[in-house]
Amino acid sequence: MTALVAVDHVTRRYGDVVALDDVSLTVGPGELVGLLGPNGAGKSTLLSLVSGLRRPDAGTVRLAGRDPRDPAARVRLGTTPQETGLPGTLRVGEVVDLVAGHYPDPMSRGEVLERFGLTDLARRQTGGLSGGQRRRLAVALSLVGRPQVVLLDEPTTGLDVEARHVLWQALRDYQADGATVLVTSHYLEEIEALARRVVVIGSGRVLADDDLDAVLAMAAARRVLVEVAEADRPALAALPGVLDVRADGRRSVLLAADADAVVRSLVRSDLPFRDLEVRGASLEEAFLALTATTPGEPR
Amino acid sequence: MTTSTAAPAARRSWLSLAWLHTRFQLLETIRVPIAVIGNLLFPGVALLFFVVPQQAVASQPLVAVGAVAQLGTFAVMSACLFTLGAGVAEDRQLAFDPYVRTLPAGAGPRLAGRVVTGIVFCLSAQVPVLAIALLLTEASTSPWRVLGGLALVPVIAVPFLLLGLAIGYAMSAKAALAVVQAVLFPLAFAGGLFLPPELFPGWLDAVSHALPSRAARDLAVQVTTGAPGSAAALPVLLGWTAVFAALAVLAYRRDEGRRFR
Repeated sequence: MTALVAVDHVTRRYGDVVALDDVSLTVGPGELVGLLGPNGAGKSTLLSLVSGLRRPDAGTVRLAGRDPRDPAARVRLGTTPQETGLPGTLRVGEVVDLVAGHYPDPMSRGEVLERFGLTDLARRQTGGLSGGQRRRLAVALSLVGRPQVVLLDEPTTGLDVEARHVLWQALRDYQADGATVLVTSHYLEEIEALARRVVVIGSGRVLADDDLDAVLAMAAARRVLVEVAEADRPALAALPGVLDVRADGRRSVLLAADADAVVRSLVRSDLPFRDLEVRGASLEEAFLALTATTPGEPR
Repeated sequence: MTTSTAAPAARRSWLSLAWLHTRFQLLETIRVPIAVIGNLLFPGVALLFFVVPQQAVASQPLVAVGAVAQLGTFAVMSACLFTLGAGVAEDRQLAFDPYVRTLPAGAGPRLAGRVVTGIVFCLSAQVPVLAIALLLTEASTSPWRVLGGLALVPVIAVPFLLLGLAIGYAMSAKAALAVVQAVLFPLAFAGGLFLPPELFPGWLDAVSHALPSRAARDLAVQVTTGAPGSAAALPVLLGWTAVFAALAVLAYRRDEGRRFR
């Protein structure tokens, strides 16, 4: 089976900042891949390489076997514009036609608008649309050319729950025909809705690449806050199940996949402690925990 | 829209992509009518205010034709610099621009669309000038010379299209608009597009001969009136074309390197 997207040992810098550090990723036909990671992790840079907007400093990027900077490769690609950037004077139907005119076998204007509930807005200038309507149009544009590979960068950021679910359904309908989708988000919920395989990116590296359930388990990490004597702090890190330890004032913060197990072993270890507290960890913290350990190892 | 029946992996041809971008750029420009009207009107209004009332010019057929050719040249310059200089700079600031670059088309068809749009505006800007000349002055020349003048429009447009591109790719939209105006009016005046160069003091006339606006004006006057013109006009215009082409390529590459390297 040939890979539709092949990123091979790619490094990309902006001046002194390394946005992607030796990243490799292969996506086959029909895969639904979520790119998860905090802001600035390198997700958007990765998408801009796959869509041919930028070229890597080292390594190669292939789209359907070709360099994505070659327009012929991009016949198979669909991406979304930022909703704020739609040409304000063009009508909704005209923007669809403009995009459709680039592809050999595009969807009809009617079909695109129907899929995204935009039929009534066809004659409206995009400048007069609400934020949610613009977002829908932006996502609709990614499918106009019936692409085999769809790149979605934060497709529903800023939408209300209702609108978000409508968009997800439209995307899932398209996926059902066998398209490959790469979606970035820093919302776990969005990744859950659209992806089957999840790639976690942090500080420009692939930290985890696994199926959805495995990554969900990682993201369910909890924080255990506890105060121990200065000298006992290293012992905390050695407790089984602890992913990461950080100091927070007098207390130490332990990150753990299974907080109950950590508390149990803390008690059993007979370390003198006080002020114990267990809290949920944010997705961001789960990523930090992943960053702190060897890539691919935690689970 | 009709859908092509080509095999799914095939691409749209270069020409159909260029035509697509031309259509949508014309459409986008027309949707802001004030920009179009402003562009079309100014040369006509200048003719009305500065040429029509002067009996010495308006009543002499060939002199009037010369004055019309000058303002026609100005119309070309202004359309090129505004549609490309200010237009390209504005487009680059839109978040739609990087999106369009991910569509399966290279830079060529889009650029072609811009150039054709610019030339369409250069030609349409001649309409009010010609109408006023016909109705309100004694301007008259042979039909062949009128056609020659119109055929000259795309030729004269080339260096100014390139200058417009250089400005559009080098600057932000605000800066580009200011620079276009700062370049257009002095260049037009010193090139003899408002006042005939015969009225210039000697030093200004000498400087003027080296300017692209003067070269374009001399060619336009020569073709439309048949009066013998300066032999240097064509080489000067070609020289500036080369300079502006180099600047445009440089500005494009620099922009590319900054935003999409």
